[in-house]
Amino acid sequence: MAEITYLEAIREALFEEMERDANVFCIGEDIGRYGGAFKVTDGLIDRFGEQRVIDSPISEIGIVGAAAGAAHMGMRPVVEMQFIDFIANAYDMLTNYVATARYRAFLPCPMVVRGPSGGYVRGGPFHSQNPEAGFIHTPGLKVVYPSTAEDAKGLMKAAIRDDDCVLFFEHKYLYRRIKAEMPAGDHVTPIGKARLAREGTDLSIITYAATVWKALEAAEQLEREDGLSVEVLDLRSLAPLDDDAIDATVRKTNRVMLLHEDTRTGGIAGELTARINERSFAWLDAPVLRVTAHDVPLPYAPSLEDFVLPQTADVVKVARSLAAY
Amino acid sequence: MASRTQQKSRAARAVRSPDAPNDASRAGDALPSSELSRDKLLELYYWMRLTRTLEERLVALYRQTKVVGGLFRSLGQEADSVGSAFALERRDILSPLIRNLGSMLVKGATPVEILRQYMAKGDSPTRGRELNIHFGDTDRGFIGQISPLGDMVPVMSGVTLTFKMRGEDRVGLVYIGDGATSTGAFHEGINFAAVQRCPLVVIVENNGYAYSTPTSRQTAAKQFVDKAAGYGIPGVRADGNDVLAVYDATKPAVDRARRGEGVTLIELMTYRRKGHAEHDNQSYVPAGEIERWEKENDPITRYLARLREEFEFSESDISNVDARVRSEVDEATDIAEQSPPPEPLDALEGVYANPARATPLWYRESGGVVDKHERPEGWGVYDGSAEVEH
Repeated sequence: MAEITYLEAIREALFEEMERDANVFCIGEDIGRYGGAFKVTDGLIDRFGEQRVIDSPISEIGIVGAAAGAAHMGMRPVVEMQFIDFIANAYDMLTNYVATARYRAFLPCPMVVRGPSGGYVRGGPFHSQNPEAGFIHTPGLKVVYPSTAEDAKGLMKAAIRDDDCVLFFEHKYLYRRIKAEMPAGDHVTPIGKARLAREGTDLSIITYAATVWKALEAAEQLEREDGLSVEVLDLRSLAPLDDDAIDATVRKTNRVMLLHEDTRTGGIAGELTARINERSFAWLDAPVLRVTAHDVPLPYAPSLEDFVLPQTADVVKVARSLAAY
Repeated sequence: MASRTQQKSRAARAVRSPDAPNDASRAGDALPSSELSRDKLLELYYWMRLTRTLEERLVALYRQTKVVGGLFRSLGQEADSVGSAFALERRDILSPLIRNLGSMLVKGATPVEILRQYMAKGDSPTRGRELNIHFGDTDRGFIGQISPLGDMVPVMSGVTLTFKMRGEDRVGLVYIGDGATSTGAFHEGINFAAVQRCPLVVIVENNGYAYSTPTSRQTAAKQFVDKAAGYGIPGVRADGNDVLAVYDATKPAVDRARRGEGVTLIELMTYRRKGHAEHDNQSYVPAGEIERWEKENDPITRYLARLREEFEFSESDISNVDARVRSEVDEATDIAEQSPPPEPLDALEGVYANPARATPLWYRESGGVVDKHERPEGWGVYDGSAEVEH
């Protein structure tokens, strides 16, 4: 089987799920005839028609709310945020309405909200965001953020089939930069399970999305130059978190770095630090360290963006200090 | 009954829109309410009376501190809820607001559910998770609201989009207060539904106040129905305190939606005689205003007059309804008061479909202890060898 990109893997998942289940439909801005700003939904309208690939007005509240209403009636909507930055417009609908629907009203709300996320693409403050931490705080939402093409497909299929609302973050830097051959058959990646991206014994890097690749790059350099054996855990799911996988790597290497592209304060690394402290304090040989973006809006100029976002060199530097502790 | 067709002057005053061929006021058509049987006419009274009596019972329970949260009244607005919900079929779905107890009762919510809900009982429709009339049942055709106002308009656009996609013969109705027409959610929801020609009726209940804010501070528009033109949909304005006028405004809009002709905006003129909630002393209301509405424009008093004079119902017809309502509310109160509070652990159930239950924090589980670290010999003991800087 031929290799396909991360972006094509998402499209393949949408296509297969829409073929499989007539209740699945897509809704979003410019997703139909135009095929979406990044062409993720390209061609879907030709196969499934405009009833199931709905070009919507510019209305994030409107389409997330409409998706919730449709989900109550037994549909499985997939909503595209043209850029995930715009999900902020639908924050009320997601956190107040969707997230609470099952708990307060026993209303099923199986829906996916997906969209291009993340930086390293010179997108500036409103086309580069990583707003995932703002949603893992809300009980009732699930959050996934794949780093590989295989997981992009497998997690999308899992998200569509899930009976809860899943926020599906797609890293736009990875859209066309990585490729993989898809596993044969009905490839579904379970939500809530992390993936060991690289085995190691000296220290662990826990991360997700595009920075998985920074971690792997750093791990190779550290092995080559320092003889360090670095383990890399790709979380894949941010809500729920895979505590067992986190415990396992922490207790194995006893030194932990948390790495994410999102800003530092209130980021997921803080939550992970607290969990590691509560669950695995006795196994730690060094303080848990964070490598993150600086706490600023993401600027546009390459020199600024590169400075603000975590780079492979940052990972290498912090890993050395962790190993030497 | 002969006089029924002569009631056109009381009918909904339609605001003409280019593609509104089915306004309630179209000359020559009999009013929808003229089709209602005598049983149905009396049933409208029953629902309005039940709404008011049930709320009066809730006030008593509130004063006894048995209602643990706030209490929201629809006093003086019973006609707009009952008359509009009455225009729906059983299979249709509506989304009520806080002053639409009457709509919910028409749709099959029961007094005992309402009472248990207000008293936060474990067997209330939300098992004590939500307050007051915030609950729903899609089987009976109503979806519970949430407190952020305006959100139900997009949600109901999605419910009715589904009816359209599946070719189902069903209609949705969503209420919005005068205040919440100012939200982005209202705009996005009604616009989306209009573009998609969803089978949805949007009712703006203009009761004069959003909490303490009068409509003059809510919008510069002369009337809310004017907003319909901006969405390319027909708008209708009707007397919300005349239950038959409400029905006559709503029924054509429901029929129009059912025919696949899309969304209608209806503005119902009414008045909120109580505060936002029971605690609100209404200090912001001009003197005499509430009393004037109570005296001159109470929807139940007005409908009773028509029942007696126009439809020639006897005093015993009416007192039989009153007695039935009283006994139903009494019985429901007795049952609801016996209900137990929710079990605390139920709080962890059902946030997600999977996992179905959240894990209690370890210090809430009996016998739970944090994993203990065996300290190595001498670890953590200061031996005095290092200088501590201050």
